[in-house]
Order: sequence, then C-alpha cells, then structure tokens
Amino acid sequence: MTATADKPAAEVVDTVTLTIDGTEVTVPKGTLIIRAAEQVGIEIPRFCDHPALKPAGACRQCLVDVASPAGPEGKLRAFPKPQASCTMTVTEGMVVNTQHTSEEADRAQKGVMELLLINHPLDCPVCDKGGECPLQNQAMSHGRPESRFVDVKRVFEKPLALSSEILLDRERCVLCQRCTRFSKEIAGDAFIDLQNRGAQQQIGTFDEDVLDFDGYRPVGAATVDEAGKAFSSYYSGNTVQICPVGALTSAAYRFRSRPFDLVSSPSIAEHDSSGSAIRIDHRRGKILRRLAENDPVVNEDWISDKDRFAFAWQNLSDRLTRPLVRKDGELVETSWPEALAAAAAGIKAATAADDEGASRGAAVLTGGRVTLEDAYAYQKLARVVLGTNDVDFRARTASDEEQAFLGSQVAGTGLGVTFGELEKAPAVLLVGFEPEDEGGVVFLRLRKSLGRQRVAAVAPFLSRGAEKLGATLVPAAPGREAAVLAELPEDVRDALSQPGAVVVLGERAAEAPGAFVAAQELASSTGARLAWIPRRAGERGAVEAGALPGLLPGGRTATLKGARDVVAKAWGVDALPSAKGRDTAGILKAAAEGAIGALVVGGVSASDLAGDVSAALEATGFVVSLEVRRSEIAEAADVVLPVAPPSEKPGTFVNWEGRLRGFATAIRTDAMPDHRVLDLLAREWGVELGTGTVEAVNAELAALGAADAAHRPAAPKARAARNPRPKKGTAVLATWHQLVDEGALQDGEPYLAGTGRVAVARMSAATAAALGDAVSVEVSTEAGAVELPLVVTDGMVDGVVWVPVKSPGSWVARDLRATAGAVVSVKGAA
Amino acid sequence: MTDLVPVLSATWGSEQSWSLDTYTDAGGYAPLKKALGMEPGDLIQAVKDSGLRGRGGAGFPTGMKWGFLPPDDGGPRYLVVNADESEPGTCKDIPTMMSAPHALIEGVIITSFAIGCNHAFIYLRGEVVHVYRRLLQAVREAYEAGHLGKDIHGSGFDLDVTVHAGAGAYICGEETALLDSLEGRRGQPRLKPPFPAVAGLYARPTVVNNVESVASVPAIVDKGVEWFTAMGTERSKGMGLFSLSGHVTRPGQYEAPLGITLRELLELAGGIREGHELKFWTPGGSSTPIFTQDHLDTPLDYESVGAAGSMLGTRALQLFDDTTCVVRAVTRWTEFYKHESCGKCTPCREGTYWLTQILKRIEAGRGTEADIQQLLDTCDSIAGRSFCALGDGATSSIISSVTLFREEYEAHVEQGGCPFDHAASALFDYTDTPATEEAHA
Amino acid sequence: MTYDETTLAQLAEDAAAIIARYPVKRSALLPMLHLVQSVDGYVSPDGIEFCAEQLDLTAAEVSAVATFYTQYKRRPNGEYQVGVCTNTLCAVMGGDRIWDELSEHVGVGHDETTEDGQITLERLECNAACDYAPVMMVNWEFFDNQTPESAKQVVDDLRSGKDVAPTRGPAKVCSFTQVSRVLAGFEDGRADEDQGAGAPTLAGLEAAKEQGWKGAAK
Repeated sequence: MTATADKPAAEVVDTVTLTIDGTEVTVPKGTLIIRAAEQVGIEIPRFCDHPALKPAGACRQCLVDVASPAGPEGKLRAFPKPQASCTMTVTEGMVVNTQHTSEEADRAQKGVMELLLINHPLDCPVCDKGGECPLQNQAMSHGRPESRFVDVKRVFEKPLALSSEILLDRERCVLCQRCTRFSKEIAGDAFIDLQNRGAQQQIGTFDEDVLDFDGYRPVGAATVDEAGKAFSSYYSGNTVQICPVGALTSAAYRFRSRPFDLVSSPSIAEHDSSGSAIRIDHRRGKILRRLAENDPVVNEDWISDKDRFAFAWQNLSDRLTRPLVRKDGELVETSWPEALAAAAAGIKAATAADDEGASRGAAVLTGGRVTLEDAYAYQKLARVVLGTNDVDFRARTASDEEQAFLGSQVAGTGLGVTFGELEKAPAVLLVGFEPEDEGGVVFLRLRKSLGRQRVAAVAPFLSRGAEKLGATLVPAAPGREAAVLAELPEDVRDALSQPGAVVVLGERAAEAPGAFVAAQELASSTGARLAWIPRRAGERGAVEAGALPGLLPGGRTATLKGARDVVAKAWGVDALPSAKGRDTAGILKAAAEGAIGALVVGGVSASDLAGDVSAALEATGFVVSLEVRRSEIAEAADVVLPVAPPSEKPGTFVNWEGRLRGFATAIRTDAMPDHRVLDLLAREWGVELGTGTVEAVNAELAALGAADAAHRPAAPKARAARNPRPKKGTAVLATWHQLVDEGALQDGEPYLAGTGRVAVARMSAATAAALGDAVSVEVSTEAGAVELPLVVTDGMVDGVVWVPVKSPGSWVARDLRATAGAVVSVKGAA
Repeated sequence: MTDLVPVLSATWGSEQSWSLDTYTDAGGYAPLKKALGMEPGDLIQAVKDSGLRGRGGAGFPTGMKWGFLPPDDGGPRYLVVNADESEPGTCKDIPTMMSAPHALIEGVIITSFAIGCNHAFIYLRGEVVHVYRRLLQAVREAYEAGHLGKDIHGSGFDLDVTVHAGAGAYICGEETALLDSLEGRRGQPRLKPPFPAVAGLYARPTVVNNVESVASVPAIVDKGVEWFTAMGTERSKGMGLFSLSGHVTRPGQYEAPLGITLRELLELAGGIREGHELKFWTPGGSSTPIFTQDHLDTPLDYESVGAAGSMLGTRALQLFDDTTCVVRAVTRWTEFYKHESCGKCTPCREGTYWLTQILKRIEAGRGTEADIQQLLDTCDSIAGRSFCALGDGATSSIISSVTLFREEYEAHVEQGGCPFDHAASALFDYTDTPATEEAHA
Repeated sequence: MTYDETTLAQLAEDAAAIIARYPVKRSALLPMLHLVQSVDGYVSPDGIEFCAEQLDLTAAEVSAVATFYTQYKRRPNGEYQVGVCTNTLCAVMGGDRIWDELSEHVGVGHDETTEDGQITLERLECNAACDYAPVMMVNWEFFDNQTPESAKQVVDDLRSGKDVAPTRGPAKVCSFTQVSRVLAGFEDGRADEDQGAGAPTLAGLEAAKEQGWKGAAK
C-alpha cells in the first residue's frame, strides 16, 4: 500500500460551450442541461432528476426552451416544444432559456406543477417533509395561490409499511421513481417497483392485499430472503432521503420532529470502516435522525441503513453518566476524583509485588470502535503507565500473521487504495470480506462498476451481496483460503494481473492461517494492490496508534529497541516495556489463568469474544471499564468510568483507505472521550499522558510520524493453511456478521432490526442431505448450540455450515465459543 | 375518381387465404427468392427509393429507418414488427395478419435480410388470439418450407422468427415501450436518444416497423420501385389500407393510393348511413384531431392532412353522423387515454385524470362555462410536455372538438345534460334510458 | 409454492420452452404470465413466485409487470372472459347499450365474475375490429356486429354449456385457460378453423371488383 493522493484526472476533457439564460458556460461533453445550469447558478426545478441516478425524464418539471445550431450554416433552430433539461445533453452553441428567461418554459413548468398538485394531499402541516420539501418549496414559489382542481382527488390508504422501517404514503408520491431507481441501479435490491398503471400507478413491493391479488403471498427465494420480507435492503433508508416529497418516511423519524426545530451537525459514521460522512440532526441534546452527507471521495450520496438508523444505542436507559465504584460488591455512583483515585489504587494494588516479590501485570483491551485518539491513549497508558505491551484492539479473531501484515504494510502508509481506485479497478478479489455485510458503502462502490469489473470472492459460497456484484466464487472452506489463493483459477489470476486490480482482505483474513502471506505473494506475482478493509470503524486508527501488542505508533516494532527508543524519546520516558505483548486471546487466557493483575477495558462486548471473558474477569485482580453504557464487562468491573459516544466528542476515524475522517462534537454534554479520561487516570500515577485533547494527541502522532523501514516488523511468514476434515455429523464452521444484526450499536432500534435478514444455517445440498429431511439444523460445540432454519445453498462448499455471527438466535462467540474454521457438530431437525 | 389498388388485401377473399399454399399459389415467396439474390444494400436503397413511409402512424420513411442502423459490429441486430394495433379506430393490421399472415412473414424475411438481422420478432397485441394462431402457424409453415431457419434457400442467410403476444396495453404501440415490453418489462417508453436503431432490443441496433410497412416490402421488391412510386402523391407514395368504420353503409378495409379523399372512399362504401349526414371523423385514429364535412375533399396523404390541421395517422377513418354527441365521443376517448396512460410522466398521468373528470361532468350536465376553458388549459399543460406522444394524442380530440363544436359543449352546460338521443346513434333500435355509464376502471 | 410436483414439472418444462425462444430470458415474462393463467386461471401469487424464480427477478418486479397489463387477472377468472367494447366508436354504435343490458342480464359489473364461475364481464378498449362495430370479445375471439340480444344469447349459450362459435375465428370458443396457453405461444391446432373473413374485411376487395380491378391493373 503506497501512499498516493487522489489525483484529479489528468486526461483532457472534451468540452462544450453553450449559453443558458444569456450566460455562457463551458462544461464537459455529455453534461446534462440541468447540470450545466447548476454550474452557473441557475436552478431548474426538478423532482425525478438526481445526479447519482440515470435520467428518467418522468416528472417533466425541468422543461426548458432549447435551440441549437443546425444545418450547414449553423443557424439556431429552436425545438418546437420545451425539452426536459434532465435528459438532454448539451451541444456546442446550444442556447437554453429556463423559466427565468422563457415564458414558454415558465408556463410549461407551472402547468406541470399544477398537475403534480391536483392529487397531492394538503397535509403539509402533518407531513415529515414539511419545511424541507422540494414540492412544497416549488409550490410556494411557483404554484398558483389557489387550485383550479375541483374534482375528486385520488386517495390511498396510508401509510403502507414497505418494511418495518420504510413507510409509504402513496397519496404524496409524485412517481419520480428515485426510490425504485436507487434500489435497482445503486443497491441492486429491486424489492420495490412501480405497480399498476396510469393514474393508479404506485410504488410498492409485491403485496397481494395492496394490489388486490387473490391468494396468499408466496414464500420462497423470489421474495428476497428466507424471511419472506419484502424490502430487506441494507440501503433502503437512502430512498427516504432522496424522496423529493413526503411519500417515503422512516418509522424511526415519522412524526418526531420538524426540520426547522433541528440542529444539524456534520459527523462521521461509527458503524464501519468506510468513515461515511453523515449529518446528525438533533434537538435538545437528542439525536432525531441521521442523514448521508455528500462526500464525493468517500460515500458519495449514500450510507447504509446501519449508519443512518443505528443511533439509539447511546441514549438507552443503561447509559452511564457518572463513574461507578464497587463498594461491598455493588457498583455505586461516585464522583470523578474518587473514581479515578479508586481505579488507580486498585490497579496499583493488583499489580504490586506480593510478599515473594512476584507481581502480575496489567493489560489493556480497547475494542475496535474507538477513535484514533482514544486508541492512542489506551496504548500509551499501557506502555507508559502500566508498563506492558499487553494491549490489543482486536475484539475478534486475531493472529500474529495479521499483526505482521498490518505493521509491515498498513500502519503509517497513509492513503492506500482509495474508494475511487477500488471502483475503477478492473478486477477485485475478495478474501475474508463480504462487501455488503462487512463493508457498507464499499459494496455500493463496487456495484457501481457492475459489468465493468471482474469480482471474485474466496468464500464458502456466493453471498447475495457478492451475487449482486456479479462475482464468481472461488470456493474455499474456512481455513483453506491460503491454499486456494496459491492455486487461483487462471482466469482470476489473469484478471488480477491487469493494472489497477485490487485484492481486498477483510478482518476475517485473520481467521485463515497463511492468508496474508498468500495474498502478498499473489499481489507481488500479479501486480495487484492490497487493501485491508476491516469491519469496525476504529480498527485502522488503532493500527496507526499502535494499539497492538507488537506495534508502537506509526508501525514501529515494539520488540525492536531502536523503534522503542524513538517512541520513548518522543514521549519523554526512559524506556518502553520490551517484553513481547499478548494479543486479545492471549490476554484473556492469561487472565483466566490468574496471570493478569489488572485489566483496563474500553469498548469491548464480551459476547464478541469466543474466549471465556467472564472467567478472565473473575480471575483478574482489578478491572477498570471505560464504557458508554452498562455492559457485561462494566457489570463485572471494579471501577466503571463513563465515556462519550462519538456524537458527544471530537475525534478521528481513520477509514480503511487510510483517510483521516475527523469530526467535531455534535452534541455538547459532560461526557468525556476515552483519551481524556485516560489522561486524567494517568495523573493518579503522576504521569502526564498528554492525551487530554484531540489536538494534543494529533500533535504527538504528527511528531512521531511513520516508522523508518528498519523499525517495521518483517512481512509475515508462511503458515500452513488449516485443512480440517469434518467427520460424519460434523461440519466446518463458516460465519460472518450480517450488516444488520444484534451488534451492541444497533440496540434500541427495532425498526432497523426488522429489516435485518433472518438468521439461517446454510449448507450445500450434499451436506444437507446427510442430515436427512431436515428443515432446520442444530450447530453445536461443547460450549453450546444454536438452531436455525436450514437453507440449502447452491454452489456451497461441501462439509461446511454457515451461520451468522450475531443475529437473532445465532450468537456464535457466546453460544458456541467457536470461530470460523472450527469443526462443529451438526444435526438436522424436522 | 381514384381507383382502389388491392395489393396486400388482394388474396383475402381466397379459400384458406392464410395458408402457405394459397399465398404461394398467388405468387408469394417469389419476391423472397428475388431479394435473396440481391445485395442487402440494394434492397435498402430500393425501399428508400420507393418512398415507403411507416404505416403505423408516424409516417417516417421506412428505408431511412433501416439506413440508420450503425455498421455491422458482429453483434446481433434485430427487426421487431409492431403488431400491437390498438389505436381506437385502427383495424387494418389485424385483418392483414388474420387473412394473409405470410405477406408479413415474407416481409419480415426480406427486411431481416436487408438489415442483417438473424432473429426477428413480431409483437402482437394479446387480445386477438386467432390472429396469434395464424401467425404461429404461418411461421411454422415457413420453417417447414425452408423460408426460415438456417441457410435459407442456400443463401447462407439464417433467420429465426419469434411471434410474441402482448397482454393488453395500448402504450406498447409506442416503439420504445414495445421494446421494453418485449424485454419482459412494463411497457413504458424509453428515453430517446438512444434511438432503437442504435440501442433497441437488448440494447442492440433494432428496426421497429409496422405490420403494413413490412408487408408492403415484398410487393415493392416484386413489382419494382416505379410501380410503387406511381401510386400516391408527391411525398406520400404507394398504397395503404383505409379503414372505414362507424356510420357508413359498408364499413371495412379499402386499399387505395395515398391521397384518395374521404368523398371518394365514401362513394365506394355506399355513403354515410341512410338518412344521415357526416358530422365529424378522425382521419387517422383517435389521436388525430377530428375533421368535419369541410374536409371531405382533403387528400388523405401525410402532407395534406397535416396542412389541414390533423394527421394521416393509421388511416383509421371513424365516421360519426349527425346523431352523435361529440362531447360523449370525446369523453370516451379521453377515458381511454386515462386508462392507457402508462403513468410514467406527470402531464399524461395527472392530466388525463383531470380531463376525464371535467369531461364527465360536462357530459352529465354538471359542467360550467369555466370548465370548457379549463379543458383547453389542461390540454395546454399536457400537449408538448409529456414524455411520449400518448399525452399529445389525448389532447387532439379535445382541442379540435372544442374548436369545431364549442356550442355543443356549451349546450351541455346550459341544458344541464346531453341534448342527444344516444339510441339514435346505435345500429339497432332501443329506447334510451338514463345512461348508466360508469367509469372505466 | 403450493403447486404439486406434476404441475410444477409441467410448468418448468413449458417455461423452459418459452425461455428458449428469446436471446435474453427476461423476455419470457409476458408469455410466462399467460402460462400461469393457463394453469391457475389467473396470475396467482404462486405464479408470480414461479416466474420470479425462473427469471431471477424479485416478486416486486414480476408484479410490476403483471399489474401493468390488463389481460392479466388478479382473481380467478371466469371460464369465459366476455368483453364489450365501449370505446367511442363501438359505444356510439350501440356498445354502451349492449354493455348495460348484458351486465344487467348476467348480474355482474366490470371485472366481476358470475357466481357459477362461468362469465367474467369486462368493458373493453378498442380491439381493432372497428369495421365490425359494435364488437364483443369472448376469450379474445371476435363477436362482430353485436346487438344486446345477440350478446345475451352468446352468454346464455356459454353458460348452458353449448359450443359457441365466434363470428370470425375457430369453430368454437375455448376456455380461458386454453386460450391463455395459446397466448403463451403453444399452438392448439385450431389455426385453420374459420368462419369466413367477414364482409368489412372484404369490402374494399368487393368494391375493387365492381370497379373492374382498374387500379390493380396499372
């Protein structure tokens, strides 16, 4: 991953010069009139037009007068009737007159406006869109003061629930088809379409009641998912945002607020590693909704439903506002000074040498959700105050191979493969990564290139998301990825040899022994670039910050004295701990064995970890938890220090590209960010951690810079791929997170949860056949079992069972204590 | 007096006129053999030279349409025959296909050969099942006779023909809506450009031609360009089927040179029904502005009809005599357009919805003077604003009838009802009871 | 889906034959919906799912098409679809009256089916037989030059189980499901059946004959 800035396209662009309302404008060839007009500040009213969607020409609101040179002498010839400026491209010498300079265009637009309003209800006072409605605005500025329509308006029952989240008021709909075009063109989820015809035409799913079909709704593959749910798209919320009227609303926001009562703050979404730009709309300290902000280099116009709707988690009743200290076995509220003192005293005591001079160390788990600044503060606390390299952000499966890869090729490399480069890549190979489930808007970028980009997925089966990308499956049982990468089909290897090709490694590459090494070899032999796209928002930042046992900030190797010396000098300390640190699993194992004296844990859900967290917490002398909400870990802690959720603090997420995505405080509260709490905590030792503010942390990071080549870890070494051979009655476990699932940051949002895909267990036909006539399958380990409906999946690798990581009825880490690649028992149930 | 020229209709009266044998006995498929011996480019030139203009209504020169196809890029290109005849009043293609389907099939083969198409489609409206039977059989017969399939008559030319039945949507007569429908979608018009010649069926170069246009090709190949150009007027060459319907003594299909007048046709058809006078008529279907007695001598060619304020369209001459209430007629047409509006664009979808309500009120005697102006204003918001020509067509009869028969609209307003006895218009006797005309769904 | 195995197998075989007619399989959707009607007597939700699965579409995409075209019925259709043209020309020539009397006679309105499941009435738009106005269509066969009496007789005969021949078309009107199968593109062997071309179709030819074929001779 070499750092390259996003360069503006160097190629020469053919341009066209035309005149709009008397103003000359030069734009690239192929530009639509409506876009060209925007260039010179002329706003032509529109409803169906959307710059990210293909032109429709449906609403006819944007009619303008057009004349263009014709004939050998190039005399201006006017079109006989007004033209839709959203569908017509500019030509050299064209003369356009909009509503500002053409009476005919103005008359045409007024006529269309009147027709749009004849059947539109006069319910603006109770409509969510009121106050920010293009139709309302247009009607106010250009409509007639009184309607001439005296006949019977079209009425529909309202609202229709297209899903638990998306509601449709058909009366308000102007049939611009933005929502259906988005769903089909952008998301690939054609779960809604135009239904009926003419004046009865409407947007909808296949709903036999609404459409007056006799008989029952079918259940099957065609109904989208095994749930029979009709609009389970991960991106459905975008349709609400682009609806130019109040026809589409979200259950979460409907009737909650008026737009003019809201305060809008720009921010960055915390749900995945894309760092999507969002707008947080809040009122009196409460978030009412979140919207996509246009960011052309990152998320363009879109965000996932998780980024849009999952924000209730931070304001649930279990929100921590004051520190807690365990007294007589109970956690009781206390003051900050007392809590900080208790935390420090507890840690000191738990790590102090016993009578025989033996002492147990401390360890720090940061989770993958915190900001760059927070992660930096955690690792600095670990190394400067607690004197340990036992710090790891990976609250998931991790490996030394991954750490070596991150240290040698990711940390401190700046901007690597970008969204734009990923979109333009002629070929993309996905390894341990499901773009739709684990990448959010990464999926949308890839899908933009459908038909132009060869996508192949190393996976046990072709997911729905991969299918929508037109991907081909390179079948691999979990654990076998490295071997499969070494022997890729010739056509895939050839595709990856094209300039600009990308191999994407997801967080699950760490579950596949040897996968990073194999991917590196593939990259060097084909010339393809590597991109590491973790799932959580804070992971890339934590890598940069050095929140890893073997990595100091900037990709420096913790076990190299030279590297340590650079950092120690910068930090003004004599030396940094030299002992090899443990990773998350190692820390938990050591803790459970009683080898850890104190644990500082922030932002980790115990249920994400396959290790025995409660045993670890129990056997640890003293536990300090930094949390937004009362979590399982907080409940077991000795001191709980409340910290701010992202909306209540400033900070930086480093997205998977390596792009710094800084954000300011959206909502001011008393809550402090982790890095500031840790700064205060360090003072109890008399240490100035220097992480009190975002600026201070960033100044330190900037001063440290990236590691010299000599201080980086070596690239990972080959490790043998696993080759588990399931016996009768067992299968190899495959598992990953679905985007909408029961993750902690989606708590409190039932409407969103309702759009999630139903949890199923997947098997190939042959593997399923061994279970007999099963309709569901029980997957079990010694630790427990989950039972899910069985879905026989075409093309799936035999001997594998897939279940979602954390969906309703399927919490793999908690219930099975297993990770991908484990051999699990499978049993059919009728 | 202009003489009739039965060309397409020449064999319709024969025994088993639809069979391959009958068609072949009458000289059919000889033009195909002749065409296969010609250069495709020469065929296109011949059709260009003939001046044949699209018989589906728009009158675009057929040869020019073929000539718009981009050069062969090795990929497929398609011929799609528009057999979706649905314009009210239009009833010429259905008898053509019912009585002489092979004329169309032969035209399809020659046209496909000329434009380099190896898979042609005939998109037939679905509501004429016997016509579909005849077409399916004719295609089968043509395969069996070696007129279709691989290496047709040793020419090296391959052609498959698929006859496809629609399912009830007037809009599919619009060529891009037809293509969407043929692709298994809702029949809603596409943006142009790209035009079908560049990106039509399956986004490949495509010619869409009307049944009568394609069926005229064998005769042009057979009898020659000069024979064809000898008929018709300067810019409207050849013959065409004129469909007379309504209050005429002998309704039916009259194949005549373009430029014939209604007066001449009426003479051949026995005149307006006895005891009555012509009141108004459509020259080319319900989407063309109506004419009156004043237009009896207007030559029925593209230019003359256009100059007189209407369109030749599909030569669907619907004749209404003096018993007919023009408001009733126009209201029903408008209901048709509302029913058939695809819903894609605002002006057509909402405008026809509004117009229908106003017209129904006026017809029922519940209209006002202001409603008549509103009709014109609403038409003004539709005509020239809609996505395709359906919206324009919906306004034609309204604007022309208000212009020509405004007093009849006013009479409905003033009298609080329809001044006409509807029973008098019917072809059978009954006593008119209060109308129970409900809305089309 | 609730189709039994035999029906499903036959449907799949027919669908494969339809799909084979086209270079792109989605083109098969319209004929496949006719095929569904030939089995279920209407476009059933099961049929929608069947089409969606065969053509890799969502149910919403299939219903979008099924609800656009008027020949696709959303409720079990009568054995005979009886449509009276009430577009302007036929309506004026008497179609309105035929509709009124027939609707009263049968006791159902537009898009409604008699209780015995025999007759579904429909007000039709122009069916391209204007020279035979007023026109009625029974299962999409032509019944030309109708009167209220003739129309009622046709319906009565159909309901009493008699074979009824259209004015132009095959020897008898087939059932709605049989006709739907033809519309799906499967021949039924009736193409050669005929009731004569009809006077209006031949009117020009007769007139030309009277003129002595002067025009054609040129």
